[in-house]
Amino acid sequence: MSENSSTPAPAPFPAAGNISDAEREELRRHGILLTSLEELYNWGRSNSIWPLQFGLACCAIEMIAAATARFDIARFGAEIFRPSPRQADLMIVSGTVTKKMAPQVVRLWNQMPEPKYCIAMGACAISGGPFKQGYNVLKGIDRFIPVDIYIPGCPPRPEALLNGLIQLQEKIRAERIAGANAAKHLRADAPSEFPVPEYGEHDIVPSCNPAVWNPPANPRADKLKS
Amino acid sequence: MSDAPNSEKAVAVVPTSLSVTDATQVLARLQARFPDAKISLVQNPGPAAEHSLLLDSTFAREIAFFLRDDPELQLDYCSNVSGVDWPDKEIVETKKISVPDPAGGPDKIVEEKTKRFEPGYLEAVYHLFSMAKKHGPVVIRLRTGNRSDQVTLPSLTPVWRSCDFQEREIFDLYGIKFEGHPDLRRLLMWPEFKDHPMRKDYVAPDDFEWEPTPHDQVLARAKARIAANDAASGANVQPEAKS
Repeated sequence: MSENSSTPAPAPFPAAGNISDAEREELRRHGILLTSLEELYNWGRSNSIWPLQFGLACCAIEMIAAATARFDIARFGAEIFRPSPRQADLMIVSGTVTKKMAPQVVRLWNQMPEPKYCIAMGACAISGGPFKQGYNVLKGIDRFIPVDIYIPGCPPRPEALLNGLIQLQEKIRAERIAGANAAKHLRADAPSEFPVPEYGEHDIVPSCNPAVWNPPANPRADKLKS
Repeated sequence: MSDAPNSEKAVAVVPTSLSVTDATQVLARLQARFPDAKISLVQNPGPAAEHSLLLDSTFAREIAFFLRDDPELQLDYCSNVSGVDWPDKEIVETKKISVPDPAGGPDKIVEEKTKRFEPGYLEAVYHLFSMAKKHGPVVIRLRTGNRSDQVTLPSLTPVWRSCDFQEREIFDLYGIKFEGHPDLRRLLMWPEFKDHPMRKDYVAPDDFEWEPTPHDQVLARAKARIAANDAASGANVQPEAKS
């Protein structure tokens, strides 16, 4: 403590992030719990993620299995599948998104209130999967809405979904509530709603939202030229 | 039993009588009942030998009602309706003609090739079974005039209720218009959609991004797009540096 008194300027009221875990543990053993609003807020949010109750294909069966007693998604506080987008925090896009279904999925996303998160579950939701070269399947839901967690698999096992959920919890816990790096839902400039594609004569219009998604550069372009 | 093998063999080679649902039997029945209709047998050369009947589309509805209500056939269940697209094709026929040798030698065999244009058409194939008689299938086909403007066929939904969605799907994916269908709308694609994706000449919208292993049509399109990008930029600039 004598070392602390020799510091030149008095430190501001310490936020929880400024003391080490060992010091916090020492205080906790003396019955003093130190935390910050940010930590408390994120702790609460990350442990009560309510998913939207909707499934699109076979991945939905695995999602249902994750909710049953064997895998028990309730251990992570995400067992309350809400039938209304107004009450949901998380959209698990579980399965093939057909082009006919895509506008409805985007509309559901727009109807969810912030803060909201999106998990693309399975190969189809990520990229179109085995149906990518078909005429009627959207080549990844990230063409229209921002995706936080991608879970590969065809379909992914319930454990994979739980792992994705844990990663989402870590992402939520790392979010800031103030400053330039504040979470998306706390910034006024970050969009919450995204344009819903319309049915065209040959494809949905537009076929992707360039504000959200752009095709990646082709590293094999020179090899394709021959 | 072992003392008379020859007589047993003789019994075995006697052909069993054809069942009532055999295509030739049904054809004979239909020709007796509908002498004006043009009905022909379409042979299936495969081992299944499931021959089918090509019906005259003007009589198709009457024939279908007959097949359903005939006491011998009672084909009361249509299990499956399929669409088939037969595109226009050019057939090269090779004929071998023997030409007498003027020098007096043996005849020369010359191949003569003739080209024949066969216009395409669309087909609807119905697989019929009888729940009452426990027999089937009887396969009937309907053929359109061409692939562009004469694409109307009589709907068989008034005969078999189970054709409803399947005819809608054929209308959606192949573009056959079923006359007399109670609710002819697209089944899978949205109403604004204009194409017929299961036709052989359908080109899917090009909304692919880079793929690790492009092949077939995707590879051809990727090459075309790279060439177009190069032409648009006007320079021979590589998008990515070579590693």
